[in-house]
Amino acid sequence: MKFTVERAALLKALAHVQNVVERRNTIPILANVQIAVREGALTLAATDMDIAINEAVPAQASRNGATTAPAHTLYDIVRRLPEGAAIEFDFPGGDAQLSLRAGRFSTSLNCLPVDDFPAMAEGNLTHRFGLPANELRGLIDRTRFAISTEETRYYLNGIYLHAAESGGVALLRAVATDGHRLARVELPLPDGAKGMPGVIVPRKTVNELRKLIEETSDPVEIALSDTKIKLAFGGVALTSKLIDGTFPDYERVIPKENDRVLRVPNRAFSDAVGRVAAISSEKTRAIKLSLSKGHLVLSASSPDQGQATEEVDDLSYDAQPLEIGFNHRYLLDVTDQVQGETVELRFADGAAPTTVQDAGDASALFVLMPMRV
Amino acid sequence: MPAPATPATCRDCDARPGEGAIICPACGSRRILRHAELFALAIAHVDCDAFYASVEKRENPDLLARPVIVGGGRRGVVSAACYVARLSGVRSAMPMFKALKLCPDAVVIRPNMSKYAAVARQVRRAMEALTPLVLPLSIDEAVMDLSGTEALHGAPPAVMLARFARGIERDLGITVSVGLASNRLLAKIAADRDKPRGFAVIGRAEAAGLLSGEPVTLLPGIGPAAARALERAGLTRLGQLGALSPAEALRRLGSHGPALARMARGEDDRPVDPERETKSISAETTFASDLAARAALERALWPLCEKLALRLKEKELAAAGVVLKLKTADFALRTRAARLSAPTRVADTLFAAVRPLLAREADGGTAFRLIGIGAQPLAPIAEADRGDLADPDAPRRARMQDAMDRLRSRFGKAVIGKGRAWRPGDAGRPAGAPQPARADEEEEEEED
Repeated sequence: MKFTVERAALLKALAHVQNVVERRNTIPILANVQIAVREGALTLAATDMDIAINEAVPAQASRNGATTAPAHTLYDIVRRLPEGAAIEFDFPGGDAQLSLRAGRFSTSLNCLPVDDFPAMAEGNLTHRFGLPANELRGLIDRTRFAISTEETRYYLNGIYLHAAESGGVALLRAVATDGHRLARVELPLPDGAKGMPGVIVPRKTVNELRKLIEETSDPVEIALSDTKIKLAFGGVALTSKLIDGTFPDYERVIPKENDRVLRVPNRAFSDAVGRVAAISSEKTRAIKLSLSKGHLVLSASSPDQGQATEEVDDLSYDAQPLEIGFNHRYLLDVTDQVQGETVELRFADGAAPTTVQDAGDASALFVLMPMRV
Repeated sequence: MPAPATPATCRDCDARPGEGAIICPACGSRRILRHAELFALAIAHVDCDAFYASVEKRENPDLLARPVIVGGGRRGVVSAACYVARLSGVRSAMPMFKALKLCPDAVVIRPNMSKYAAVARQVRRAMEALTPLVLPLSIDEAVMDLSGTEALHGAPPAVMLARFARGIERDLGITVSVGLASNRLLAKIAADRDKPRGFAVIGRAEAAGLLSGEPVTLLPGIGPAAARALERAGLTRLGQLGALSPAEALRRLGSHGPALARMARGEDDRPVDPERETKSISAETTFASDLAARAALERALWPLCEKLALRLKEKELAAAGVVLKLKTADFALRTRAARLSAPTRVADTLFAAVRPLLAREADGGTAFRLIGIGAQPLAPIAEADRGDLADPDAPRRARMQDAMDRLRSRFGKAVIGKGRAWRPGDAGRPAGAPQPARADEEEEEEED
C-alpha cells in the first residue's frame, strides 16, 4: 500500500475515526485505525465493536493494500505536522512497519494485521431514508439532554427513533427520557421510513454522529434494521449496534388534558429561574412556581443559603392558582431547547407531569415530573 | 480508718465477699468479680458461647464431650463450632471441608435457624427484663445499657448481669460471656477477653493503658486493608494511634483519623439505641452443587428477590440500590452494585435491577456456589415505587405485590406466584417453594 495525502484532509478524517476508538482498550487491535487503499481509493476505519466508522479520504494512491496502526498516535503525529504538508504512507505488506514521511519528518509505526481488524456486519438494513443534516441536528439536540445514564434501565440510554402517526400525519419521532423529563421531537416521516422498526440509538452513537454532522450541509442517508443503524454522508459512514431493549410506552405519560396554561417570554423566564435557583439547595435543586391569575412568582430556599424570589412579568395565566416545584436543572434543560419567544407550560396540578412547548413550534414537546416542595 | 474495700461480688450467689477473699464465704465459689469500678459501670456486651452448637448440645447430652460443628453440609461453611471443636482449630465461617480436615470426628449438624431464633428470643427477653436499652448485634450477641437501673433492681448492673448469666444457664441450658465497661467498644473488648462463660470488666481508669499494647485490628472496622494502611503510617499498636492529637490524626489518616484515635484510647460515645437504623438488608443462598448457567442462577435469584421484598416491607424500608453477591466455586467473593433510579420494595423491580449485574458475571464458564441480593442503600418506604415518566406502572406493581402478599399471608406461600418461579416439568410444585437446588439459606441484616 502506498499513497500520498494532504495533511488537512487526513487530520479531519482521523479526528472523526479516533473519536470512536476508546482510550483504554483490552483488545489491542481496537486501538488501531484501519488504513486501506482499494482500487486507488483511501479509506480509514475504526470500531469499538459497538460502533464502526468508515471514512473516504481524497489521496493519490499508487499501490493497493491495507494495514492497521495506533489511532491516537497517528492522530497526534498528523496534528503536529505543518499545515499544508503532503504525507506519504508506505506499507510493503506482511509484518513490516508502516512508514510515514512528511518533509524531513519520518516515522515507522508498528502495525497489527488487517485481517484481525473486526468488521461489523451490517446485516440486512431493511429501511432507508434521507434527512437534511440540519433536521437531524435539531432532532438530536432537542432530545439528547434527556437521555438517561442509568445502567439498570439500559433501554433508556439512547434516543428512541420510530415511525408514528398523529392526526392522520405520518411522523418520524425521536424520544428520550430519564424518567424525570422526557423529550419528544417529530418530523414528517421521510420516504422510505414507513414501517420502520422502532430503534434505540445508543448515547455514544448519538454523540459521535452529532460531532460528525456539526458542519455538514449534505443530506444524511439513514439505513436501519431492528439491530443496526447506518448513517452516511459525504464519504463518512457510521454503523452502530442498537440497544436491545423495549422503550417504555411514552405516550401514556404525556398528559393530554392539562388545561392550566402558562405562556411566558422564554428568555425572561429562564433567566429568572437561573437567578432564583442559584440559592436552591444543592441536594434537591428545587424551585417553586406559584401561579395565580396573571401572576407567577418563582421561589427557592436552602437551609444553608437562604431564600430567593422573583416575580415574572408579561405572562398569561388564566386558571386556578397553583403551586408546583421542579428540579431547576431539568426546567432549564427544557427551556434551553425552546428557540421561539414564548414558552408554554401546561399543568394539571402540583403533583402531575407538566408539558413544556415552544408556543410557536409544535414539533417538540417536553414533559417534566414535578417534585414536592 | 481502713481504706474502703474494692467492690466485689460473687458470680454464683450475689454475696459481696470482703477484701482479699478468693473463695466466696457464702457459697464457696471461686468466681469472684473484683474491680475498683465494678459498681460504677453500666454498659454490657453479652455474647452467647458457641451459640448454635450449645443449643444442639443441650438437647442431646451425648454430644456434650464431642466436637460439634453446626453448618450447611459438606459444601457449606461452619456457622458455629463448640469449644471442643475449636481445640482442633475449627472456626466459624470456615469452609466445612476444611473444618472436617482439621477435626474429622466432629459431629456435623445442619443449622435449624428457627430453633436458634426461639432461644435467642428467650435470651433477648431476659435482657429486656434488665433494661429497655438492648441493641441486638446479631442472633447471639447484644449490647445493653443498664445506666440508672440500680434503684429499680436494688442492685448495681454488675450484680444483675451475674444473676442474668446464671439465669440463662439455669433456664436455657446455654452459657454467655459478659463484658462490662463504660462504653460499647470496651464492653465488646471485655466480652472477648474471657470466654466461654466469662465475665470481664474494663474500667475507665485502666482502658487506655490496657489497650495501648494491643494491635490496631482490635478496633471494630479495622480489617487487614485498614491495618496495612495504618502500618504504612507507622501505626501498629493502639497506643501509637491513641497518642495522635486530633489535628495530627486528621492530617495523617484523613477524616476518620480523629475518631480512630479516640477509639484507640478506649473512648466511644456510640449510644445503645435499639431504634438504630438498619443499613442494609439481604438474602442469600448456597447451592447444593455449583451453578454456572445464567438461567439457573436467575432461577435461584428470583426467590431471594421475593424474600428481600418481603423483608423490606416488614421493616418499612425500600432499596435505593441493589447489591449482587456471588461466590465462585473457589470461594472468591464478587459483589456488584447498582443504584436504582428510584427506591423500590417490589420483587419484580429488584429482580430487573440485579439481572443485568448477574448477566455480566455469569459467563457460563464460571461456576458459583452462592448467590445473594442486598438492598443498599435503604430509603424510607414512602419514597418507594412512586413511578416516573419511564416507569408509570411502578405503583401498580407495588399494589400487585401487596395483593399477592395478602393472599400468601392468608393461604400460604404456595397459593400464588409469578410465572418465572415455575419451570417446565414443575407441574404441581408450588411457586416459591424451596428449590431442590438450595442447600441452606439465610437472611442477613446488617446494622452498623
